Amino acid sequence: MTIKQSRPAIAATGLRKSFGDQVVLDGLDLNVRQGTVFSLLGANGAGKTTTVKILSTLISADAGDVQVAGHDLAREPDAVRAAIGVTGQFSAVDNLLTGTENLLLMADLHHLARREGRRRAARLLEQFDLTEAGRKPASTYSGGMRRRLDLAMTLVGSPRVIFLDEPTTGLDPRSRRNMWQIIRDLVAGGVTIFLTTQYLEEADELADRIAVLDHGRMVAEGTAEELKRRIPGGHVRLRFADPQRLDAAMRVLGQTSRDNDALALRVPSDGSLRSLKALIGRLDDRAIEVDELSVHTPDLDDVFLALTGNSTNEKVTTQ
Amino acid sequence: MSTHAFTGPAPAGPRFHPLRDSATMLRRNLKHMLRYPSMTVMLVGMPIVFLLLFVYVFGGTLGAGLGGPMHSGAAHGRAEYANYVAPAIILMTVTATVQGTAISIAMDMTEGIIARFRTMHIARVSVLTGHVLGSVIQAVFSLAIVIGVALLVGFRPVAGLGAWLATAGFLVTVTFALVWLSVALGQVSKSVETASNLPMPLVLLPFLGSGFVPTDSMPAGLRWFAEYQPFTPIIETLRGLLMDKPIGNNAWIALAWCALIALGGYLWSKKLFNREYSR
Repeated sequence: MTIKQSRPAIAATGLRKSFGDQVVLDGLDLNVRQGTVFSLLGANGAGKTTTVKILSTLISADAGDVQVAGHDLAREPDAVRAAIGVTGQFSAVDNLLTGTENLLLMADLHHLARREGRRRAARLLEQFDLTEAGRKPASTYSGGMRRRLDLAMTLVGSPRVIFLDEPTTGLDPRSRRNMWQIIRDLVAGGVTIFLTTQYLEEADELADRIAVLDHGRMVAEGTAEELKRRIPGGHVRLRFADPQRLDAAMRVLGQTSRDNDALALRVPSDGSLRSLKALIGRLDDRAIEVDELSVHTPDLDDVFLALTGNSTNEKVTTQ
Repeated sequence: MSTHAFTGPAPAGPRFHPLRDSATMLRRNLKHMLRYPSMTVMLVGMPIVFLLLFVYVFGGTLGAGLGGPMHSGAAHGRAEYANYVAPAIILMTVTATVQGTAISIAMDMTEGIIARFRTMHIARVSVLTGHVLGSVIQAVFSLAIVIGVALLVGFRPVAGLGAWLATAGFLVTVTFALVWLSVALGQVSKSVETASNLPMPLVLLPFLGSGFVPTDSMPAGLRWFAEYQPFTPIIETLRGLLMDKPIGNNAWIALAWCALIALGGYLWSKKLFNREYSR
């Protein structure tokens, strides 16, 4: 074992990255313990993929110190590459090669002996339920099969730290659950997983720790339970008959998130009778008619919305 | 702790295996060519179409215009022109192949697999050398086919074994140089469509040189360009080797051009490949 158990698998401080004028990462700190799943949660454009690209040596950070698997990212990128595996958001399989050939290509690039490479490829095909498909070109694979092959290719080199950038985006529910099981098995084997996702359910299911990323800043970090505890209650969902009423309610209630298509507002609330009365009272004062009102108990979705909503960031992070 | 999760790098620090990685990438590219034969067929087909066009459609007239010793009709002119145009068609086979290189590089760059290679501990240049070696091998096959067809339609080289070997070596050198240039062009292209158009000047350059007609039949400005552009000494060297004609300085000028193009293409390609990846 080349790394002491106590050393973090990934440690980053003050990570910054801008593309032109646009600040993508604004001083990100990360600490991921070995053998755990760390999930970076955020909406599209929050900086998740950029973070993965930096940590996996694809692009360089403008500022910040990063250690991955005990190696300095800027000084020893090759040592980092030798220790990591990456399954990005875009399928990284060779479409013209068969599944087996894709895995053997990885085995060759990891300089495995021919027999060992074949053995490992066969085992991974079986593990990922691709044995039959192994003889067919990857171009004929479904989205789920492609993701599985993608991850299998990442595993050929037995990486100690694996980056998964939105591994289940676009997968059907069954494939998603299969992918989750694969990730759990990997962690049971001692691998560290750095996972980005926009699905709170996924982070809730898999992650030991979750960091919520919003506009390049980490707005919260903790276990799923810790994050849920930050929000005292759930939310109230209000549906309106037309956009004018929606706008009017938005002006009255301020801190809400809005769903234009459904003509609905989500208002953070603990769901108590008293707060509901107050809410209805405020709407009644302005004679804003509500079509439908429903009370939701808290889940990670609420945490996420509360943490990444407008102008609420400062309040929450300093709590 | 399971053993499979911790079979990391040797403590001494990871070493690179550029030759082994290049061989792996070469195998990958050769498999691509076998899986996707329509591109190879298209790349061989183009010079053959030009060969047939120039020998059978224009050959009679153009051959007569070459001013050979005897002017005994279209058939003679056609035979003479087949010999004249064959080196240009041979060079065109090389440029068509490197056009294919640019396309397959651009295809690679638009796929996620390149991002995977970049995050792996492999000799980076092997991604490119795999393409280069694959294209050189593809060019050798294409050249064999095109030269075969040229022989069938009346190309009658007078080269001996030594001259043929020199021709083969010279063609591999030219291919190698142009492939490196094309690797850069493929990377600079934002899309596969651009990549197939960007090397177009290479396909047209033989026309603006001594490939299809002697340069002294051209107007002054064009003639100056035709005589000094790199493809003219390359074609003249091929013509000299195959038809046993004096080569003069052309071989050295051609080899100097090849060295320059190869070095420039290599450095440009390397710079492009190492630039910050952004997609």
